Amino acid sequence: MKKKRVIPGFGLSLGITLTMLSIIVLIPLASLVVFTARMEWKDIIATITRGRVLSSFYVSFLTAFVASVINAVMGMVLAWVLVRYDFPGKRLMDGMIELPFALPTAVAGMSLTFLTTDNGWIGSFFAKFGIHIAYTRIGITVALIFIGIPFVIRSVQPVLEKLDPAYEEAAGVLGASRFTIFWKVIFPEVKPALFAGFGLAFGRCLGEYGSVVFIAGNKPYYTEITPLIIMSELQEYDYSSATAIALVMLITAFLILFINNMIQARNTRILTGGR
Amino acid sequence: MKNRKIRFTAAGLSTVIVLGSLSGTVAFAGDSTSIVNVSYDPTRELYEQYNEIFKEHWKEQTGQDLEITQSHGGSGKQALEVANGLEADVVTLALEYDVKAVEEAGLIEEGWIDEFPLDSSPYTSTIVFLVREGNPKDIQDWDDLVKEDVGVITPNPKTSGGARWNYLAAWAYADQLYGGDEDQIKDFIKKLYENVLVLDSGARGATTSFVENGQGDVLIAWENEAYLSVQDYPDDYEIITPSISILAQPSVAVVDSVVDKRGTREVATEYLNYLYSDEAQRIAGDNFYRPSNEEILKEYADVFNLDINLVTIADFGGWTEAQETHFADGGVFDQIYEQ
Amino acid sequence: MSGKVQKTGDVKKKREQQGSRVTKWLLIGLSVLFLGVMLVLPLCAVLVQAFRNGMDAYLEAVTDEYTVKAVLLTLEATVVAVVFNTIFGLFAAWCITKFHFKGKKLLSTLIDVPVTVSPIIAGLIFILVFGRQSFLYPYLEALDIKIVFAVPGIILATVFVTFPFISRELIPVLEAQGTDEEEAAALMGAKGFTIFRKVTFPHIKWALLYGIVLCTARAMGEFGAVSVLSGHLRGKTNTLPLHIEILFNEFKYIPAFAVSTILVVMAVLLLIIRSIVEYRGKKKEE
Repeated sequence: MKKKRVIPGFGLSLGITLTMLSIIVLIPLASLVVFTARMEWKDIIATITRGRVLSSFYVSFLTAFVASVINAVMGMVLAWVLVRYDFPGKRLMDGMIELPFALPTAVAGMSLTFLTTDNGWIGSFFAKFGIHIAYTRIGITVALIFIGIPFVIRSVQPVLEKLDPAYEEAAGVLGASRFTIFWKVIFPEVKPALFAGFGLAFGRCLGEYGSVVFIAGNKPYYTEITPLIIMSELQEYDYSSATAIALVMLITAFLILFINNMIQARNTRILTGGR
Repeated sequence: MKNRKIRFTAAGLSTVIVLGSLSGTVAFAGDSTSIVNVSYDPTRELYEQYNEIFKEHWKEQTGQDLEITQSHGGSGKQALEVANGLEADVVTLALEYDVKAVEEAGLIEEGWIDEFPLDSSPYTSTIVFLVREGNPKDIQDWDDLVKEDVGVITPNPKTSGGARWNYLAAWAYADQLYGGDEDQIKDFIKKLYENVLVLDSGARGATTSFVENGQGDVLIAWENEAYLSVQDYPDDYEIITPSISILAQPSVAVVDSVVDKRGTREVATEYLNYLYSDEAQRIAGDNFYRPSNEEILKEYADVFNLDINLVTIADFGGWTEAQETHFADGGVFDQIYEQ
Repeated sequence: MSGKVQKTGDVKKKREQQGSRVTKWLLIGLSVLFLGVMLVLPLCAVLVQAFRNGMDAYLEAVTDEYTVKAVLLTLEATVVAVVFNTIFGLFAAWCITKFHFKGKKLLSTLIDVPVTVSPIIAGLIFILVFGRQSFLYPYLEALDIKIVFAVPGIILATVFVTFPFISRELIPVLEAQGTDEEEAAALMGAKGFTIFRKVTFPHIKWALLYGIVLCTARAMGEFGAVSVLSGHLRGKTNTLPLHIEILFNEFKYIPAFAVSTILVVMAVLLLIIRSIVEYRGKKKEE
């Protein structure tokens, strides 16, 4: 049954949302599609299935995925710690989460490379065990973790804050263990936010360029990421190849987000009792 | 209520637009005595000094005050930006191929290469090796770079215009060594790039990897870049000149459509012409570029190794062919990385 | 209200006794370690490098003419991006959480897209739209409007990369809150703006503040997209991150790190201000 809308402002807010979205996002992105559409299908396929391009997809996806998983776990822990516990220095910790955003990615890349080469502060420690960080895929992952830190924390935190402790209390009174309380009561509540944060972090990591080029070493088939390939196509004035590869990345990013939002929407429906 | 909300939003939107366009007009207000020079990365110090003497020269000649805005970045990227609408009165890029890209976008008229003396290259450079103090791996020539325990740093020729000279210089050596046998040359180049530890996206990134982060045993670099590093850290590095290298000719050109629109043809042309004056040639020499004026070059005989055997891009059939054969997608550089 | 707080306190105490203290400090330790290595150490490295040549060299780099111009341009782009995205964020969040309509999922996905678009691609698309190959270019040129390789392009890129930051913060909170209160208010005859101000706004106040802080921080630090669109005209279209890149490329490592600290300081100031506002506000509420 269709419910009558009682809250005002639907037309206005939808109109403004769509207008602004179109100007800033849709029209520019459409230009990418239009540009690529000038190419023939088989040329597009040939471009994106070249060995180097495929291996760059693999490197980009692998490192972005690992980095986002680590960020999801650590982001959950950090959000929990920041919302539920009191300890000295908590506000300081809370305050610095956004710092990775403010630091230009190139500086982050330089600084992380400085730390993780075999004679850097961190790198020299791991070098003893034969683990090299800078100029390997581990290095790329490290840079991506840095870039993605704020996403999960900042999407889980507000939800966790809103969560009514009454449910946990009830579960506690009923004798549930703390693990069960977390898993059965808290986790389902924050899951959509966690996925949202993970999805954003993953998407952001896939496209990251500035910090990665410094730490990656950029060796073809090993540490060459897709944005770098796009950059080198542009450098050769090969707009068609650049836009074709860019389009693949764009569609992927869109799919990740769309699936993500589906999960979220389902969860919201469950949470709000099917409204 | 609704109206108020709309008005508020409209006001916000128009503020954004007005702010944006205002700052745009202010920044680009056409002034007949200002020019923009779009150049590539390692010419910053050179043009910083040159701009000073040219401003004086121009003031003497015309009485006008001149403002020169510099833009630096990777050569290919800079060319692309000019082709996409970055208003440059003159371009001073790393290679002819990049200026050609601007020409092909319809901004520079054909025949620009003969507009100024010596293929429009007022200064040249070449490719040398930078090694660590005492040359611990005893690197003397290109064949030392393919030895197993040598770590090489050079930028990616696909993303860095300047690095294409590095690659071609190595090719020239192998070409001579194997008497033109292409399989053997490719094998040599493959081995060389297998030794590359970090394939940075630009020349300056490669220098950072070698100097600041201590990677590798040898940096393949432009001569002027190598001298700058030695100047900054005289006790840490040495320059090795290989037996054979390539004459790197950075190209300069007036961007015709921009100077016609802005009415700056005269000053832009004189700006590039004056690069050939004795004074400017010495500035180039002081910044470790080889002056194209033979007389001035001799003054720097104690700085540069003038006996080096230099091939030119013409030996590769010109840039268009070299690009096609080596650096285009599926070219030789892609082939050597295929497994 | 006070009874509930009392009860929460009791339960908390009880759980502490059950040994959750170990978990607590374990988790806090883990968090400190993670942030220490991944965040504090890189920032320390920046600071160490910045002051390697002493205070004078630092001050010289920071007060350089081009640095100051870059700071101003960065601030301009940031302010515009925040204003624009705040307006957008409020409308979009309202629209998405208070109503049901077809294509809602698609809409909220599209809003998120800019975060996941590679900065390189973000720059590229604006060049395709406003650059010389674009069909719009002749018109823009006739009107003498410069977008790419000029300040408007930089602003556009900044708005684009920070586009979803505020709406993203608001949507989960509004979603968790539901629509009951607004519906009730509307049925009682309240007008749109009043409902928003009296009912919705108190719920999203702190999320909005988070969003603005995120948006500001990200806008200040944006590098890739702006780099593609700026043209690197010294003193004219160089933002702070681009100026830092230029210094790096001039082999001026120490000044480059010194200028980076300006961004860090600006970010820290921003975060402190947020903390104060939030602390006072929440205290007042209690």
